[in-house]
Amino acid sequence: MRVLLIEDDRQVAEYLRKALGEAGAVTDHAADGREGLLMAASGDYDALILDRMLPGLDGLAILRTLRASGNQTPVLILSALGEVDDRVDGLRAGGDDYLVKPFAFSELHARLEALLRRGAVDAPETRLRVADLEMDLLKREVTRAGRPIALQPREFRLLEYLLRHTGQVVTRTMLLEQVWDYHFDPQTNIIDVHISRLRGKIDREFDTPLLHTVRGAGYMLRAP
Amino acid sequence: MISPPITPTDAGRRRHDPWARTAKVLKSSSFRITLFYMLMLSASVAVLLGFIYWSTAGFMDRQTDATIGAEIQGLAEQYRQRGLPGLSTVIRERFAQDPTGAAVYLLADQTFTPLVGNLDRWPAGLPDANGWMHFRLRERGPDHAEEHAARGQVFRLHGDLLLLVGRDVRDLERTRHLILDALTWGLAMTAALALLGGWIVSHRVLRRLEAINQTSREIMEGDLSRRIPMRGSGDDFDQLAAGLNTMLARIESLMAGVRQVSDNIAHDLRTPLTRLRTKLELLRAELGEDHPAGAAAQETIADAEELLTTFNALLRIARIESGGRRAAFASVDLVPLLADLAELYEPVAAERGQQLDLQAPASAWVIGDRDLLFQALGNLVDNAVKYTPEGGRVALALRDTEHTVIIEVADNGPGIPASLHTEVFRRFYRADHSRSTPGSGLGLSLVQAVIQLHSATIELQPNGPGLRVLVRLERAAAPETLPERPLPAER
Repeated sequence: MRVLLIEDDRQVAEYLRKALGEAGAVTDHAADGREGLLMAASGDYDALILDRMLPGLDGLAILRTLRASGNQTPVLILSALGEVDDRVDGLRAGGDDYLVKPFAFSELHARLEALLRRGAVDAPETRLRVADLEMDLLKREVTRAGRPIALQPREFRLLEYLLRHTGQVVTRTMLLEQVWDYHFDPQTNIIDVHISRLRGKIDREFDTPLLHTVRGAGYMLRAP
Repeated sequence: MISPPITPTDAGRRRHDPWARTAKVLKSSSFRITLFYMLMLSASVAVLLGFIYWSTAGFMDRQTDATIGAEIQGLAEQYRQRGLPGLSTVIRERFAQDPTGAAVYLLADQTFTPLVGNLDRWPAGLPDANGWMHFRLRERGPDHAEEHAARGQVFRLHGDLLLLVGRDVRDLERTRHLILDALTWGLAMTAALALLGGWIVSHRVLRRLEAINQTSREIMEGDLSRRIPMRGSGDDFDQLAAGLNTMLARIESLMAGVRQVSDNIAHDLRTPLTRLRTKLELLRAELGEDHPAGAAAQETIADAEELLTTFNALLRIARIESGGRRAAFASVDLVPLLADLAELYEPVAAERGQQLDLQAPASAWVIGDRDLLFQALGNLVDNAVKYTPEGGRVALALRDTEHTVIIEVADNGPGIPASLHTEVFRRFYRADHSRSTPGSGLGLSLVQAVIQLHSATIELQPNGPGLRVLVRLERAAAPETLPERPLPAER
């Protein structure tokens, strides 16, 4: 995985580079907008991490230029501005995801993985599967080891999202945004309760758990 | 009644309803002042016209009376000197000489039988104490008889003879009527002109005031860059506008300063915080889960997390309160939003043995920021679930009235005493009984900021027992096409 990081704060860049390296990504770094645009346009990257406030050239301007030239590399925008309209601006300019500083590295990593996965899975699927857990998207049915599992519509969507990101960490914010479709900052651990309900349905009566909690980060659905 | 679609700018459009406009002019203080002025003016004009009437019509009356009085004196003198025959001669000479035929002379005995005069009988009518009387004269024309008014004085001569000297006052009456008519019309026209003038003046004053009101409304809705239009005539309204505009410029620069500071904080402080956090994460990863310091690192991360959450919430409230950010405003149906909210919190409530109900109609549209509304209502539901004891009940309800959408979040928990109903919206306010529960004390401050951004209201009521929170939003019409979601969502 090759990632281009366009970020003017050298220390943040340094740590991100190190952390991404440990997570198995090769990271190039550009410290200002102009340099970043040149690298992004010429280099062959799997994803871009783009800070909004940059010297030289504004992050959104870089993004618009790239998209206008037909470059479709997934872009994750980083910003210290966290308001909804800023987010809307960022996504309208062609960003694929938006993350507000300060963020946990685990959040950034999870979203980056999701972005890369999105590029790979384009063909419409009718069945999703991990281990013996199967989801039929057409019949809206879920079975584990051949036994049918009854899910509420939201639980179905939650499980579908987890199945589409099998083996990846998904964070609580990602679930709120993607499954509930709200940019929302809950005051309590409401997502955990939903997960534990889902876990009760898909894991409780079986020997091997599939839905795991990743400490300090989120959840992961994976085969044992 | 048809309820018009209401958008933030609709408040402006509704003012162009002509009836509302008229009612507004009639209610305006300038119109009332003009009305009072008009009454005063009409009263003055009435006094003035009364004087004119008195000095014209009254003068003619008095002159007639004086002539009659003088004649009676003359005739009485004749009677004293020359007796009845002399008087009769003089009377005959007098009315024979009268060219206009307007003079009336009649001498009668005490049974009112005419002796000499140009009347064939004593006229009906009672004289007053001074002998003055009004009576009708019948004039024999060639083919018709007509009656007209006359006025005269009766004088009792020595020897019980009655002398009536009078004048036909038909022309006088006609003149009097003419004068009276002219004066009445004059008064009516004065009143009408005053009313019209008052209307025009009030209308103009009101239009200037309306411009000021409109601007202040737009400013309250968050557009601080608005200024009150000026005519350039330097009149008192221009001076007022200039004063207010200077004030607004000052407020705007202060607000911009606040925003600048919060943006700077956002950028300058959040960046090192990001570093701090990333360092801690790397440290934890290097130490590994099993290392004793790893747990400490995890705790430190949690502390940093809490700090950042509070910090972010504060910045978010400040940004929302500074207004002007309505870019994400769109038509929002609150019913599915509430349903999502109920669905989201249902498991938490169920875990606490609480019942979470939702009562709502099919749809209820407002103009707003979907995510912020969800956040604000979510905070209310969160509080209700958090502070209601196990086994309690939280009821969400939505009522769609003609102009307002009312959202109700009611619980049967401990409630909030009425004396604290404004306190709880303060930043970092924590009720005593809630100090042990997790939370930053910023939840309701954020709710209030969102409510204000939407020009909505929030009200806390006792729910006997418990708390009922009422949020009222301006109702909007359902959009003709379904609104496009501002954010592309991955499925």
